[in-house]
Amino acid sequence: MEQKTKIKAEEGQQQLLITREFDLPIELLFKAYSDPEIVEQWMGTKVLKLESKNHGSYQFQTTDAKGNVVFQANGVIHGFSPNRKITRTFEMGNTPFGVQLEIYEFEKLSEDRSKLNMHVIYESPEQRDQVLKLPFAEGINMAHNRLEDVVSRLTKHE
Amino acid sequence: MNLRRDVFQAIADPTRRAILLLVASQAMTAGAIAANFDTARPTVSKHLQILSECKLLSQEQNGREIYYHINAQKMKELAEFIEPFRKMWDDRFNKLETIMKKHKSK
Repeated sequence: MEQKTKIKAEEGQQQLLITREFDLPIELLFKAYSDPEIVEQWMGTKVLKLESKNHGSYQFQTTDAKGNVVFQANGVIHGFSPNRKITRTFEMGNTPFGVQLEIYEFEKLSEDRSKLNMHVIYESPEQRDQVLKLPFAEGINMAHNRLEDVVSRLTKHE
Repeated sequence: MNLRRDVFQAIADPTRRAILLLVASQAMTAGAIAANFDTARPTVSKHLQILSECKLLSQEQNGREIYYHINAQKMKELAEFIEPFRKMWDDRFNKLETIMKKHKSK
């Protein structure tokens, strides 16, 4: 089966390209990136601020049960074109990974299918590789735990 | 599973990538490897040392000669190192898709 999410990361480069096709109209895919409440649901983090507009900014934060901050990220939204493109920076707090430039291009494939092209540029090839290796260290468990959390929350709502 | 950072530095160099491709087909001595490059012999030795240190190449004594061959396991780890990252994004995007499909039907 062909993989839905593809990653292109060439050796020695400081960028990577993530692509994914969705069974969603482009408006809904775009909304998943611009509506704070929806971002919270699928990113598994609290959205303290998300100004979806040109020259806006955003701030994410995740705390554990005891209230300790376990993840924080922030950035500025350089460009915001509804249903077309978002250009923003992304930086994780308290990590050595530096800032990254993210260019999201939303592409309409049909009335109910769309594609996301996510182009990420890091400060250096070394930094990119460090980020790529993150899930090795801790991301796998974290992603699974988050997934379980969201699934249990979704089922409670029904 | 903890890949050392130097593995990535090792393969960032075009000569070292060429050496890996060369040795992938058959085990070779340092002399035979060097014969394939215009680079000075000590430079090739240095490359071999770096590739051996990060375990992409392993050495085997055969009589008086030392043969370099590729460490298939390490190369596989390198090829797959991106997979957990891809899986993480795949999970996230699946979640996004599920949430938005519910959103749509509301």
